[in-house]
Amino acid sequence: MSEPTRREQLDQEPTHHEEHIVSPKVYGLIFGALMVFTALTVGASYLELGIFNPIVAIAIAVTKAVLVILFFMHIKYSSRLTKLTVAAGFFTFLVLITMTMTDYISRAWGLW
Amino acid sequence: MTTSGWHTRRNTRCRPLDSHAIATQPVHDAHEAHAHAPHLRHHFETVEQQREASSFGMWLFLLTEIMFFGGLFTAYLIYRNWYYPAFVVGSHQLSIVLGTINTAVLICSSFTMAMGVYSAEMKRRTALVGWLLATIVLGGIFLGIKADEYHEKWEKHHVPGLNFSVQDFTHPTDAEPALPLDMAQKTQVYFSLYFAMTGMHALHMVIGISILLVLVVKAWGGAYTTGHMTTIENFGLYWHFVDIVWIFLFPLLYLISRHQ
Repeated sequence: MSEPTRREQLDQEPTHHEEHIVSPKVYGLIFGALMVFTALTVGASYLELGIFNPIVAIAIAVTKAVLVILFFMHIKYSSRLTKLTVAAGFFTFLVLITMTMTDYISRAWGLW
Repeated sequence: MTTSGWHTRRNTRCRPLDSHAIATQPVHDAHEAHAHAPHLRHHFETVEQQREASSFGMWLFLLTEIMFFGGLFTAYLIYRNWYYPAFVVGSHQLSIVLGTINTAVLICSSFTMAMGVYSAEMKRRTALVGWLLATIVLGGIFLGIKADEYHEKWEKHHVPGLNFSVQDFTHPTDAEPALPLDMAQKTQVYFSLYFAMTGMHALHMVIGISILLVLVVKAWGGAYTTGHMTTIENFGLYWHFVDIVWIFLFPLLYLISRHQ
C-alpha cells in the first residue's frame, strides 16, 4: 500500500477525523490565562487611556474568546469542516455589523 | 415471493449514501451484517462521522446564537453612540466588583465543564458527576450575584418600564455630572439594553443549569462513560458559548465608560 495522497486524506476526514483528547494541563493553563486577562481588563479600565479604553477592553475580550473557542471548545483540534463553520459564522457576523455601521455613519453624510 | 431490492443486497454493509438500502433494510438484519458500537446510529458510517455530524450541527445552532446576541450587541453599539452621556452615567451605576467576581465565577465554571468533558473522555463516572455538580454550583453562584444586582437596580428605581426615576441622573447625589432631562431619560435605553442583554444571558444560564441537572442524573447512571459522550461534548460547547457572551458583556456594560 502506498501512502495516502493529500486528496485521499481530505476525502477521509469527515468520516475519520480522530478525536483529540485535550489534557487537563492545557485546560489549567487556559483557565489561568483567562483569569490573568480578566484582571488585566479590569486594571486597564482604571487607567485613563481616552479612546483606547474601549479598544483595549474589546481586544482583551476577543483574545479571551479566541482562547475559549480554540481550547475549551476544541476548535484547534477539530476537523476542517468545523473550523470553517466557526470561521464562517464569525465572518458573517462581522460583515453584518460592518454593513449596519456603514449605514449609520453615512446616513447624514455631510450634515454635521 | 417478491424480490425487493434489499433481498439481493442482504449482507452488504449499510452505506450512508445508499438511500434505498437505508429505507428498506430491516434493522435486525443490519445488526447481523456488521458489528459496531451500540451508540452508532445506522445512518452513519463510522463513530467518527457521527461525532463530526453532531458537533457540526451543534455549531450551526451556536452560529444562530451568535447572530441573536450579535443583534443585541449591535443595538448597544449604535445607541451608545447616539446617547453617549446617558450610557456613561448608566454604566457607572453598575458594580465593577460584582461584575469581576461574576466573570471569575463563570470562567471557573467553564473550566469545570471542560474537565467534565475530559472525565467523560476518560470514562471516569464519579469525576464526571463531580465536575458537572461543580459547574451547577458555580452557575448558581453567578445567577445569585446577578439577582442581587437586579434587586439593587429595583431599589434604586433603575428598571425601565416598571420602576424608573430620572432623579439619580438629573440630581445626582455623588460626583456624577447632572444630565439635562431629555438625556437623563435616555438612561432608560441603557438600562433596557442592560436588562435585555444580561437577562437573555441569564436565561441561557438557567436553561443550561436545567439541562445540567438532567445530565448529572444520567451521568450518575453511567450514560456518558461507556464511550458515547456526544451529549456531554455538545453541552460543553453550549456552556462555553454562554461564557463567551459574558466575556463581551462584562467590558461593554461595566468597564469601558468608567473614565468619561
